[in-house]
Amino acid sequence: MFSKNKKIDKLLTLYVPLGMLLSFTLFPLYWTINTAFKPEGDIMNRPLEYAPLNPTVENFVMAWNNVGFATFMKNSLIVGVSTVIVVLICSTLSGYALARYQFKGKRAFMLMLLCTQFIPRSMMIIPLFIIFKNLGLISSPLALIITYTAIEIPFTTILMSGFIANVPKELEEAAMIDGCTKLQSIRHVVFPLLLPGIVATGVFTFIYTWNEFLIALMLTNRQDRFTLPVGLSTMMGEFNVNYGALAAGSVIALIPAVILFAYAQKHLVNGMGGAVKG
Amino acid sequence: MSYSPEVNEPVLEKKKNEKVRKFNKAKLVPYLFITPAVLMVVSFLFYPIGMVFYYSFQNYDISAPYYNSFAGLDNFVNIFTSDKLFFPSLLNSLKWVVTEVGLQLVFGLILALLLNQTFKFRGMIRAVAFIPWAISGVLASVIWSLMYNEHMGVLNDILMRLGIVDSPQAFLASTSTAFGAVVIAELWRGIPFFAITLLAGLQSIPQELYEAARVDGASRWKSFLFVTLPQLKNTIILTTLLRVVWEFNNVDLIFNLTGGGPAHSTTTLTMYIAELAVHGSNFGYGSALTVISFGILLVFAALYLKLSRYEKE
Repeated sequence: MFSKNKKIDKLLTLYVPLGMLLSFTLFPLYWTINTAFKPEGDIMNRPLEYAPLNPTVENFVMAWNNVGFATFMKNSLIVGVSTVIVVLICSTLSGYALARYQFKGKRAFMLMLLCTQFIPRSMMIIPLFIIFKNLGLISSPLALIITYTAIEIPFTTILMSGFIANVPKELEEAAMIDGCTKLQSIRHVVFPLLLPGIVATGVFTFIYTWNEFLIALMLTNRQDRFTLPVGLSTMMGEFNVNYGALAAGSVIALIPAVILFAYAQKHLVNGMGGAVKG
Repeated sequence: MSYSPEVNEPVLEKKKNEKVRKFNKAKLVPYLFITPAVLMVVSFLFYPIGMVFYYSFQNYDISAPYYNSFAGLDNFVNIFTSDKLFFPSLLNSLKWVVTEVGLQLVFGLILALLLNQTFKFRGMIRAVAFIPWAISGVLASVIWSLMYNEHMGVLNDILMRLGIVDSPQAFLASTSTAFGAVVIAELWRGIPFFAITLLAGLQSIPQELYEAARVDGASRWKSFLFVTLPQLKNTIILTTLLRVVWEFNNVDLIFNLTGGGPAHSTTTLTMYIAELAVHGSNFGYGSALTVISFGILLVFAALYLKLSRYEKE
């Protein structure tokens, strides 16, 4: 009797509400994938097909070759990977300074990083456009790499300093007593222990660049330089929307972000907790 | 190096000097390390913000550069006296932020509490539940436009089967439904964000507190009220504040789903600014609007932290 009550209790307080929230999360994704695999003629069939009756990949071919998703993907990758590299270098250095050194101006530096979190991104699009227009970098991937790096550095510095502080200082000192130089001890002792944190920070940065829209829209006016979000948005705004290709393009854009996220989400929960707790 | 008691004075002196020099060099290291970060943040975050303030006092139109000049407070006066969109969009921003953050907090807390219990495949289900966090605003717009669409949208199909509507509705094109439709799409993406940070907070609550509450005979509801909530207080305050700022500035979904329409019913202040920046050319006026919205956020953040008695740990 007791165990039956417990089961009903668990059903009502866990499985039913969790099931409802999960269907709210998953059904829209399912519908997009479903649409992506339908032949163009079947998409508006009545009654609606809840699973593709004649599954096809023609929408993916169309999106990749004709609409330009191959180019958008290439541009997004160039911007994303370059930003990740620059951000990781800068934030590991500054994170190391925060975690390991006491220096004058440390508090001011921390305060500066915190302040940036309150700067509205939308506030920056007009001045950024003017700056990069003067530098002759409109539509250049460099404009996005620079901007994204500046935006990401404060948060990733705080993240990295947390990860570095978690590596015991004694290990580093022990390596130096055993005859390692400072750089060697960082390379052979700190770096391997830090790797999961570096990966999580990299993934976090990559997903941001992969998803950012407003700045990319403002700083790009050539179609062959569009990143994925700008390409998708342009396609959505067309007069005759090709829904099959749009859905297929979305699935293409979705896959890398979701895979990376699934890989790094555990670190993210931990890192976020640390960042929020301060 | 072995210790030798009979070191003569000059050598000691030399060593001391070397030590001082080394010490100074070591002192420079942290500054070297933070230099790239400081340079990037100052030149591409702080400098642009300074520019916004400067341009807000200028007539600055990139399509008519010969008229560019100092404008004093003209832009601000125009916004408050003759701009027909300013106050309605401010009201929409308020509606947008309050509904989004309020509902995200409630459902995010529910999701976090559910995911904090023990059950099979918890790790995998957590990952799945958090997926929308990793999805861009533009992608979420595409996904939800496929749901809402009048001709092929599944939502209409479901509602018609249930007999709630009798003909397909254009949810995003009607002034009575557009705002709600965008709100739901943004909730889809925002609930996981809250759940992630709240789950991290839940995991850091010491288990002993719950045991003590149980010993004292507290019901589940009471232990939630008197253990969980007080322990989560700081996380909730900080997350909510960051989220208010974020949602106030968030335009990706509105921009792509409705473009601020129909009849400006979904034009928030940020959407209005984005529209002016992307399609307009009067950057001075846009900058002045930006300065006002920045001021609103600043006042809000200060008041919020004061009123909520946020305690630093």
